[in-house]
Amino acid sequence: MLARNAESLYWIGRYVERADDTARILDVSVHQLLEDATVNPDAESRQLLSVLGITPPDGTTLDVWSLTELVAYSLGNAASICASVTSARENTRGAREVVSTEMWECLNSMWNAVPERQRYARQVGPHAFFSFVEERAAMFAGLADSTMSRDDGWRFLVLGRSVERVDMIVRLLLSRSGDKASSPGWVTVLRSAGAHDTYLRTYRGAMDASRVVQFLLLDRLFPRSVFHALSQAEQCLEHLYHAPGRRVGATAEASRLLGKARSDLEFLRISELMENLPRRLKSLQATVRDVGEAVSQQYFHSVPWVAWTNTEVGA
Amino acid sequence: MSTMTSNGRGDGELFRGYLNPARPHAGAYDEMFSADASVRSAYRSLHEVLAPSDVADLSARSDALGRAFVDQGITFSLSGQERPFPLDLVPRVITASEWAKLERGIVQRTRALEAFLADVYGDGQIVRDGVLPRRLITSCEHFHREAAGIVPPNGVRIHVAGIDLVRDEAGTFRVLEDNVRCPSGVSYVMENRRTMARVFPDLFARHRVRAVGDYAVHLLRALRNAAAPNAADPNVVVLTPGVHNSAYFEHSLLARQMGVELVEGRDLFCRDHTIYLRTTEGERQVDVIYRRIDDPYLDPVHFRPDSVLGVAGLANAARAGNVVIANAVGTGVADDKLVYTYMPEIVQYYLGEKPLLPNVDTFRCWLPDERAHVLDRMSELVVKPVEGSGGYGIVFGPEASAKELNALRRKVRGNPRGWIAQPVVQLSTVPTKIGDKLCPRHVDLRPFAVNDGNFVFVLPGGLTRVALPEGSLVVNSSQGGGSKDTWVLAPRSSTVESELSGPGLVQAVPLDGVATEQGPELTASQQQQQQQQ
Repeated sequence: MLARNAESLYWIGRYVERADDTARILDVSVHQLLEDATVNPDAESRQLLSVLGITPPDGTTLDVWSLTELVAYSLGNAASICASVTSARENTRGAREVVSTEMWECLNSMWNAVPERQRYARQVGPHAFFSFVEERAAMFAGLADSTMSRDDGWRFLVLGRSVERVDMIVRLLLSRSGDKASSPGWVTVLRSAGAHDTYLRTYRGAMDASRVVQFLLLDRLFPRSVFHALSQAEQCLEHLYHAPGRRVGATAEASRLLGKARSDLEFLRISELMENLPRRLKSLQATVRDVGEAVSQQYFHSVPWVAWTNTEVGA
Repeated sequence: MSTMTSNGRGDGELFRGYLNPARPHAGAYDEMFSADASVRSAYRSLHEVLAPSDVADLSARSDALGRAFVDQGITFSLSGQERPFPLDLVPRVITASEWAKLERGIVQRTRALEAFLADVYGDGQIVRDGVLPRRLITSCEHFHREAAGIVPPNGVRIHVAGIDLVRDEAGTFRVLEDNVRCPSGVSYVMENRRTMARVFPDLFARHRVRAVGDYAVHLLRALRNAAAPNAADPNVVVLTPGVHNSAYFEHSLLARQMGVELVEGRDLFCRDHTIYLRTTEGERQVDVIYRRIDDPYLDPVHFRPDSVLGVAGLANAARAGNVVIANAVGTGVADDKLVYTYMPEIVQYYLGEKPLLPNVDTFRCWLPDERAHVLDRMSELVVKPVEGSGGYGIVFGPEASAKELNALRRKVRGNPRGWIAQPVVQLSTVPTKIGDKLCPRHVDLRPFAVNDGNFVFVLPGGLTRVALPEGSLVVNSSQGGGSKDTWVLAPRSSTVESELSGPGLVQAVPLDGVATEQGPELTASQQQQQQQQ
């Protein structure tokens, strides 16, 4: 398929997942800030911002409202939910011939509804906006699942989604890695990942930091765990690689990186998990970045622009 | 009236006519306004936010609350119909110091009830010492001889208690009744909070409200502690009567939050005094049953033989020590409304302390002189059946006709053990949204206490039920009651804070905030060229 379209699909996957995950993280954090009397809103907001890769503004004291403004609504901030929705829609607009009409309409109507939803949420509280984003993202995933052929286009979409998922879960865990093992913050981590109910059923309600980390990093069955997302990304790359006769190792850099990160987690001793967790998370974050670059070099042949120099027309 | 109109933005609107002297029960304690119409300190910032708000805005939020409840399936069933439990948008506020007192009182009461049950189903020292008459206990419908001699492994019989409190005309909290069988309502405490935070976030921003979300953690710990010591990893289940029960929503919520199985009687069976669960992987032993089924239905072998909800042989399994039933069988003797009147003596007898929370003054119809007094002044009293819940069978003397009172007198004479009488307590009022206005409506409070054997935890909050019809003093949901989110404010210098900060799980990482990657975008000049073509 066309490299440009492949790139668009990859980024649609990433942006939709990013909007979804950011909404989830913010939804839970905002309500924790509101409900829990013991947290300091400014410190908590700053930590959240830096985890999401947004430079916190200097000099102002942040609270729930300014946090929501920055992370959810602000278009000036490339990592905000609205910006991600806009980018996802732009990418879809440029690649309409490879996405189904339903998917395009889902994203386009989502983008169109953003201002109105934003107004409504300013009135009745941000949860209305977050749940709108989460619902639309779920709808998009469902439509993609039911209307796309399982061809390379599908694989690029899922690849983008999986890579972004790893990135967001790692960011989420990084935000809590300084917490006490018994901190109620770990429940928020699970809630943000939509993993609370499943975790409770798996571990019978025992809330324990190392198990939460274990669940979100290593669980083989839960679709939002880092391990699961890595494996999925790896499978997509596996199927995308058409060159025959591969006998040794991974020829493509992206597959090599993903496979290495995946097997690192796969064969990790559980007891070693909590030792230098931040370092592990940081290295996962670096892997995601490298994978992104490798994929783009291998498939998208990115040429930022064609620069014509010294052309003399009709000379 | 000065405070109500002082901010001068025409904002008296919502509270206009609130303290109308002609309202029913005008002598009741209002929790927001004192008698001279100034705002009490607990409600000051709440009042500041609410008073200037727009009626239409409040109505929109009130609708949003209702919708959220229906969407989340937070309902109770009334005669087979699923209904949302109306949540009022004005929270009920309890200050840190008021709460500290209540908490101590509830813990004391729970300990006393626990000691009383251990004694009643053991040696009966309190009867031998002549503190209570034996017939008080033996005549109690919920005293089950089947439970005598069953000693739970960690000694706890009341794993969960719900103590109903009311606030009298002077603002003093009094215990209206104890609920130590299967007190329900805690799910509404958690869901009310979650929904309020979603729909009304700005109210929370100005208060430090203590969290109620971790109730299930405490409950699970209490249930696991209750297991026999030889159960290494106790298997806890929640036993529900089934989907059609009025509190089914709560049963499933608790099971979900604890991550344990929600079972019906037919999912369990008993063999050799051991209870097993039927699973796809064969049978699995059950160590602790948090049952939400009343005693008479629990075990057809000992109780109602026609019960299909329970498990045959459960009581014997508990006696054999192979399973723990929470709350234990027969705890109903402790929340009998007549035993309730002896609580000051019970607290004094077991703990050697004065009760921290007073009872509501109560006349016992089974004592001849008190009965005479009740029959005489019935038109001024509230007469309640000792058995019964949900507000059924209660007669308000001042509102009853002469014919009704005569019928009641006959009933009381016929069964004096079955009736008690109390002066009409004018429950305190809290502003409640009725139509386009906030009006005073009567409330009670049910805090929940969880006993894990070492420590009695009282959830900072509780279920505030509100009687929605004007002048009504009956708050039960089956009688048209609603509920309110209950805010226990954190003390200024919070000890909670220091519990949570502390060394992290791993050393804190300096977050350098790696920015998110962005996809390629067309540059301005590229866009321009595309447009021109």
